[in-house]
Amino acid sequence: MSLDTPKLTESEPIRSDLSQSHTKRWALWFSGIALVVWLFYTFVLPLLGEQAGTFIRHWMPLGSINEALVWVICAIGLNIVVGYAGLLDLGFVAFWAIGGYIAAWLMSTFFDQISHGIYFLSAAPPNQHGIHINWWLVLIISGCVCAFAGIVIGAPTLRLKSDYLALVTLGFGEIIPQFFVNGENIFGFNLTNGVKGISPLDNVSPLPFGPPAVSLGGATIPISQPLGPFDVGAKYVLFVLVAAFCIFVSLRLREGRLGRAWLAIREDELAASMMGVPLMQSKLAAYAVGAFMGGLGGVVYAVHNNSVFPDRFSFAISIVLLAMVVLGGMGNVWGVIVGALGLAWFNSTGLPQLGDSFNEQFGTDINFPSYNYLVFGSILVLMMLFRREGIFPEARTRQVLREAERSDAEELDGGEV
Amino acid sequence: MTITAVEAAASRPAMLVKEKIERVIGILLLVGLTLWLIWNFTTAPVQFVNVGLAGLRLGAIYALIALGYTLVYGIIELINFAHGDLFMLGTVFSSIFLVKLFHAGTGSPLDWLLMVITMVIAMVLCAGLNVTAEYFAYRRLRKAPKLAPLITAVGISFIFQWLGMRLNGSAQLNWPMVIPKGGLTFGEITLDYSTIVVISVTIPLLLILSYIVQSTRQGKAMRATAQDQDAARLMGINVNRTISFTFGLGGAMAGAAGLLFLETFGSTRFDLGFQLGLIAFTAAVLGGIGNLQGAVLGGFIIGLIQAFNDGLPYGFGQRWSQSVVFAILILVMVFKPEGILGKRTIEKV
Repeated sequence: MSLDTPKLTESEPIRSDLSQSHTKRWALWFSGIALVVWLFYTFVLPLLGEQAGTFIRHWMPLGSINEALVWVICAIGLNIVVGYAGLLDLGFVAFWAIGGYIAAWLMSTFFDQISHGIYFLSAAPPNQHGIHINWWLVLIISGCVCAFAGIVIGAPTLRLKSDYLALVTLGFGEIIPQFFVNGENIFGFNLTNGVKGISPLDNVSPLPFGPPAVSLGGATIPISQPLGPFDVGAKYVLFVLVAAFCIFVSLRLREGRLGRAWLAIREDELAASMMGVPLMQSKLAAYAVGAFMGGLGGVVYAVHNNSVFPDRFSFAISIVLLAMVVLGGMGNVWGVIVGALGLAWFNSTGLPQLGDSFNEQFGTDINFPSYNYLVFGSILVLMMLFRREGIFPEARTRQVLREAERSDAEELDGGEV
Repeated sequence: MTITAVEAAASRPAMLVKEKIERVIGILLLVGLTLWLIWNFTTAPVQFVNVGLAGLRLGAIYALIALGYTLVYGIIELINFAHGDLFMLGTVFSSIFLVKLFHAGTGSPLDWLLMVITMVIAMVLCAGLNVTAEYFAYRRLRKAPKLAPLITAVGISFIFQWLGMRLNGSAQLNWPMVIPKGGLTFGEITLDYSTIVVISVTIPLLLILSYIVQSTRQGKAMRATAQDQDAARLMGINVNRTISFTFGLGGAMAGAAGLLFLETFGSTRFDLGFQLGLIAFTAAVLGGIGNLQGAVLGGFIIGLIQAFNDGLPYGFGQRWSQSVVFAILILVMVFKPEGILGKRTIEKV
């Protein structure tokens, strides 16, 4: 025992060095793949023939990749809460909704009480009603508001046992969208425009200054000009940047003191608190960081759709996000990203397209998108039964999830000492 | 190192300031609720009684669903997330059998018999589904970390919703009802026929359930398994069968609630279970989860609160009713997580 101790302390710095270079290598991979996808859609796709172009536009439109990136951002946020800290959150859609509505309030003509408009580095046309703020700032504001909301939701509920916590978060996830549905008349003030939603939002621009656009090899790349609804390529770049930020933050946090505290709490709360991990602070931090990313996701989603509607923020979103985290491998950021991209694509494009091809091939008339409930439910159940650690597990998570609970007999033994 | 009761009482630490503040806020909330009820009663007494009767009817249905949550939680400490959707399937099964197969709802006296038969069928089907889900999914996860069965239950809830969508379609369907509209009138107060039927079906069911749990061998086995599975196994109790039986009982209650809901509101929807399940879960928590009487009490309280909120002149109105119920859920969790009738338990290490 005493002989082993020096060995451990020696190997410790080496291990963390390894994991850092590991994350750096992955960062290169991420930027590389993102860049290749962008180059492909901007430069190669127009050169391909009619047939190949149509095929790709059907099976893998850039718009659906953008939407998948929204899911990625939120799934990374949920991964911090569920995967790192082990707190089951079934109401993540609340942050998504708050973020979306903050974007709608701060980037549209919705508040017509403000007749001259409040502008701040915005690409919106001048002299309109409402508030128009640069979308990068809106991202930060929305993230902060959601982080605060996460703390407000978390503070009273984190004392509860884990399964109760799931239900309380679920309650919040229901109340907040309902607030947006009913919010057209809050003491006579139209706050959310009810089921009609808020649309359109301001067109965002990649940068608030600089030349309107640069021309590069036959393609124009917008810099400070507002992006129209069909400028999916430029939006893709923006969304990738936001996703990259989330990945960076969650990877760095995991290496640090806070991340290790989360993992300790997830694995054994009591042992963690005995070792001096501040339970409440760490859990609240997990909630706040997760909610921050949920807020970013909400803004990105609003920008992607150029509108917000309250009925989009349904409970199903929370569950699909959970399925993404579980499928990819709880706690493993890269696994979660793959899970999110895969399921988002499957949900938005893959299932309808597969269904269409199947129906065409076999002359059947099966409504495939209606099977998505079955698919997502089965994914959750089968993963929990047969591969709890996800498709791309971390070694550490696998150990924890495969470990059988202590039996009652052991508990009795401990109690008698 | 044993501590005698006297010592424990003497050494009990003084209440923390935080706890005191919490208690004061909790009491203030209760006082506010009482004042609100009195104010409503004095301004509109007739409406108050009528709404209250509707609340009892709703509460009886919630109580039946809440029992399913509390039975399962009591025995294996699992929040059976799919239970609300099981109830939804109960309404769908009832509508299929009662209207599509038996063609009831025409007003003939035979309808009442068909309704009873349908209720038994719905109870059996829901019990069977619940037992099947337990057999294929939860049973394998009994020793797993808590997150696993909970996520599984969420998945099963989605599968049930898909089944409901297959059987019922994605839109709300309206059905003819066996129970006639209207009711007995006493002056301005109306006692709906559906209220009478719902209450007179619920009470015997609750009595039967309580008899099973309190006075039969199987009930004794259930209580023993809930206390300590290993010890129960050592006493010769078939733990797996007992847990299956408990799931079956809960499912049967959900099936009965499904028929009663169909006969009260006359409509089925595939996403009904999610909302009602959550409300019923709130009821179970309010009464003290794991406690049968608590679930019934909580069901009636939540039913009354929801009806008062929807129907009284100073309520928030129907569009906020879910928010009100979830706010209650959160408040109960924060101020009194053990519920009204539950015992405060210390989490085992």
